[in-house]
Amino acid sequence: MTTPMDATMPMVEAHGVHKSYGAVEVLRGVDLTVARGEVTCLIGPSGSGKSTLLRCINHLEKHDAGELRVDGHLVGYEAREGKLYERNDKQICAERSRIGMVFQRFNLFQHLTVLDNVTIGQVKVRGVSNDAAAVRARELLARVGLVDKEKNYPSQLSGGQQQRVAIARALAMEPKLMLFDEPTSALDPELVGEVLDVMKDLAKSGMTMIVVTHEMGFAREVANSLYFLDQGVIEESGNPREVLVNPRSARLQSFLSKVL
Amino acid sequence: MMTNGDDAVEVVPVRHVGRYVAGFVVAVALAMLVHTLFSKVPTGQVSCHATAGARHCHPITNWRFGWNVVFHYFTSREILSGLLVTLELTAIAMAIGISLGLLIAIMRLSHNRLVSATAWVYTWFFRGTPVYVQLLFWFNIAALYQTVTFGLPFLNVTFAHINLVAFFTPFNTAVVGLGLNEAAYMSEIARSGLISVDEGQIEAATSLGMTRSQTLRLVILPQAMRVIIPPTGNEIISMLKTTSLAIAVSLVELLGAATNIYSANYEIMPLLIVASLWYLIVTTVLSTGQFYVERHYAKGALRTPPPTPIQRLRNDVRGIAAKFASGRSTARAS
Ligand SMILES: Nc1ncnc2c1ncn2[C@@H]1O[C@H](COP(=O)(O)OP(=O)(O)O)[C@@H](O)[C@H]1O
Ligand SMILES: [Mg+2]
Repeated sequence: MTTPMDATMPMVEAHGVHKSYGAVEVLRGVDLTVARGEVTCLIGPSGSGKSTLLRCINHLEKHDAGELRVDGHLVGYEAREGKLYERNDKQICAERSRIGMVFQRFNLFQHLTVLDNVTIGQVKVRGVSNDAAAVRARELLARVGLVDKEKNYPSQLSGGQQQRVAIARALAMEPKLMLFDEPTSALDPELVGEVLDVMKDLAKSGMTMIVVTHEMGFAREVANSLYFLDQGVIEESGNPREVLVNPRSARLQSFLSKVL
Repeated sequence: MMTNGDDAVEVVPVRHVGRYVAGFVVAVALAMLVHTLFSKVPTGQVSCHATAGARHCHPITNWRFGWNVVFHYFTSREILSGLLVTLELTAIAMAIGISLGLLIAIMRLSHNRLVSATAWVYTWFFRGTPVYVQLLFWFNIAALYQTVTFGLPFLNVTFAHINLVAFFTPFNTAVVGLGLNEAAYMSEIARSGLISVDEGQIEAATSLGMTRSQTLRLVILPQAMRVIIPPTGNEIISMLKTTSLAIAVSLVELLGAATNIYSANYEIMPLLIVASLWYLIVTTVLSTGQFYVERHYAKGALRTPPPTPIQRLRNDVRGIAAKFASGRSTARAS
């Protein structure tokens, strides 16, 4: 096995990943490689399995077949002495805590203030002291442009502000990988920009990101690679500036004609 | 006054004749009620006394509802110690009901079918039989088992040994009977609260690396409270009154104390009033507490929290004053 310290080793590697819900096969052999420090955009029609793939990567769902590695480790298993040992709940939680996830519907904790939303994971999962967590939370809130909102409850914020808090909450866990599931799809058009700006900054800082999005402008401008997922398989992939300009497959062509 | 361009137009409010009639009818009915509540009846005896050589006689009357008796017994030692038993019983039975109910609700949501089925059967049984019967059941169980031993069946392992005859005092019987019954109702209330929390909250907590129990304690329960508290307040108030069934297990609580007194002096109505007044007083205190607890757990759910009763009263007074002020000015204008 390769050591996780190897800088050339990809952050995420999927080979033939399958996932079914009952009789419905949602992922039908997905291959994907995400290099460290790069931004990968994942596009595809609704129901093609984009969310499911992200959820498999941070083990919110268990994939049925195929090989899925994050940071060199098999997701959910440990290889020892030629055998695969299923990880216990505690190990899975620890793994997951280093993968940040941002949701379409923000999912901020409604009963906690903005500051508490950003400190709770640090304190309860990583064991950081309250004071240190608050210091880090304030840094992150400043970074996403929300210094004066720390005492507010999520319901008192606009969608764009909530999504920026959600990004700060994920970053507070010092993730090595950030997953974004349509982070701007629930936002009013005029609020999309403020969230994309935060994500661009994050990309510049060298964060490894997988972004499910319909924002083709963002994909073209920021992404290092682009994957088009259709009916549970990667139909086309490559440099976004080439793939989006000259789509080869008929499916991507028809998809792009609908979203552009 | 509303203005329409340059010409000021007077606005004449609609007169609600029906409301005045209804108000009048209710006012008369209330007056009749107060009149009869505080009426006096002749006792059949007369009292005579001589003033300036002449003998004057007049019949002796008593309060129809025996208010003097009510007043006499309201803070008597027996009633107060009965009240204390009622309060203790309510508190302990509810504590059992809430904690066991929560546990059963969590069991109901378990992925383990045996665990969730067990929880379902518990609720089915305790909701499906009258609480009065359950009280009598616990009262008589010591006749079936003098002692119980908790251990692994068929193995020589013992965890605890309880002498049931000594344990099932009237108070403990009432606590067990009411608490176990309440747990069945509380479990349904808790379950509706738990499933009311958006699934996205659970996903977010899980993706931060929280364990299932952390997610439950830190994210789901605090938000479920908003849904759980109002019906729990009702349950506490309902429990307060259900404790009067503890007469079945010969526990002397508030109603029992009143019964004991009137079976000696036959002042039935006044003593029922004494008990009722105490139930009303405690219910009022509990309802007020419920309001503030609800307000606490509504944090974050509403952009602006609802007003406290005092704030609401102040707003009402202000509203009425403003109405009077504007009413008077219209009256003057017309
Ligand atoms: N928990 C689930 N149970 C059953 N079917 C599911 C579940 N989650 C997703 N699916 C199905 O899987 C398919 C892919 O879903 P999803 O990954 O959310 O697609 P996308 O994010 O690309 O829109 C959909 O047809 C959806 O109905
Ligand atoms: Mg999706």
